[in-house]
Amino acid sequence: MNEKINLIKINHLSFSYSSGQPVFSNMNFNFAKGQRVGLVGPNGSGKTTLFHLIMGLLNPTEGKIEIFGKERKEEKDFTEVRERIGLVFQDPDDQLFSPTVAEDISFGPLNLGKNHQETKRILEKTLKILGLDGFENRMTHNLSYGEKRLVSLATVWAMQPEILLLDEPVVWLDEKTIGRVEQILNRNQNLSYIIISHDKKFLKNTTDNIYLMENGEIKKI
Amino acid sequence: MENLIKEKFSNGTSIVHKLDPRIKLIVILLFSIVAAVTDKFTSLTIALLFSIILIMMARLKVKDIFSRLLVVNSFIFILWIMLPLTFGGEKIYSLGSLNISSEGIKYALLISIKSNSIILAGMALLSTTSIYNMIHALHHLYLPDKLTQLFFFTYRYLHTIYSEYISLNNALKIRGFKPKSNLHTYKTYAYLVGMLMIRSYDRSSRVYNAMLCRSFRGKFWTLNHFRFHKIDFVAGAVMAGCVLGLVLLP
Repeated sequence: MNEKINLIKINHLSFSYSSGQPVFSNMNFNFAKGQRVGLVGPNGSGKTTLFHLIMGLLNPTEGKIEIFGKERKEEKDFTEVRERIGLVFQDPDDQLFSPTVAEDISFGPLNLGKNHQETKRILEKTLKILGLDGFENRMTHNLSYGEKRLVSLATVWAMQPEILLLDEPVVWLDEKTIGRVEQILNRNQNLSYIIISHDKKFLKNTTDNIYLMENGEIKKI
Repeated sequence: MENLIKEKFSNGTSIVHKLDPRIKLIVILLFSIVAAVTDKFTSLTIALLFSIILIMMARLKVKDIFSRLLVVNSFIFILWIMLPLTFGGEKIYSLGSLNISSEGIKYALLISIKSNSIILAGMALLSTTSIYNMIHALHHLYLPDKLTQLFFFTYRYLHTIYSEYISLNNALKIRGFKPKSNLHTYKTYAYLVGMLMIRSYDRSSRVYNAMLCRSFRGKFWTLNHFRFHKIDFVAGAVMAGCVLGLVLLP
């Protein structure tokens, strides 16, 4: 398989939580470099679960997950995946745990082994790109919800991932902040991402294709 | 929403505020041990004086200091009622069948001076550093990673859990809940506490997953580090000398 074409390849995937109906059974999904995909579906259809399976936070019951041309099965297989794919969580309070914005944004690059100088450079660049100049020393738990959302995106952006997985990035945001997120995503045409959202206008403005996830299946609409 | 922990004393420009938190932690640890184990009134009086000087140097608000001391001393007040009557020793006054002993008074006085010295020094040295810096300093003083991370996350997520508690409490209020001394109230509060625990557990799992997704491998790297300055060495040596003096006093 050509890595350049399919960065994520999911074959015959089945998954169910320990108590309950299967979330997916025999699901297939491919994601190629440069794609900008929107993912919609009713609540509980498994959109977030799919992201967690891609990141290795959950294990499939059956099926095969290939990412960057390699099959990913065990925890150690996902170390590389987490370095190259960035997941922005639905709730920014899950993502932001460091005392200051600067420390939180630096967390990822420092984990990737970047030195202090390099990390500070990345930090400055990320703050500038996301329009967060002057936020460096703000306490993360004192930010407004919209600010927390943008900083959450910044924490993942700073790791310079090849693919972004955004879980409801604009929920509860005002129009102005949604516009800012749209601008950030559209300004970087080389980005590859999958966005889970219920906001059709936002998806129309930021993605090329929209997929529907329903009854354990995923199909293009 | 208002912060749960206000850290009133952590912002300031005094020399004590500017000292390296690692020095402050070492000094308060040594001072607390010495003040706690010594029984000499001379040493304890000087210890109290040392604490007062630190408080003055930290330039903290007197009103806030007294309000904190009031809490501690309200517990000590109970000792002043109990110890002179129960400690035994030489009787100096009788109240009917109750005898007040001089040893009991001395012992209560000893505990009062010890406690107030340690609390005052703690206020001057610990409260003048933000909790995050204090945790960072503990990490640099080789406290095990797991312990420092535990302190760090407890402090960080207290705010979040507190805001969840406020939301749940508001949800009770808007549905007409009025706490009374009855089974319904006890059950409701039990549900609230249970729900908070479940939410905290869920939150911790989600935070850990978010950390894993950002390549966390058990080690916390920080962007900013403390640097020792000349003033830290001098102040540390002077304070450590004072603590040593307390031990060596006749």
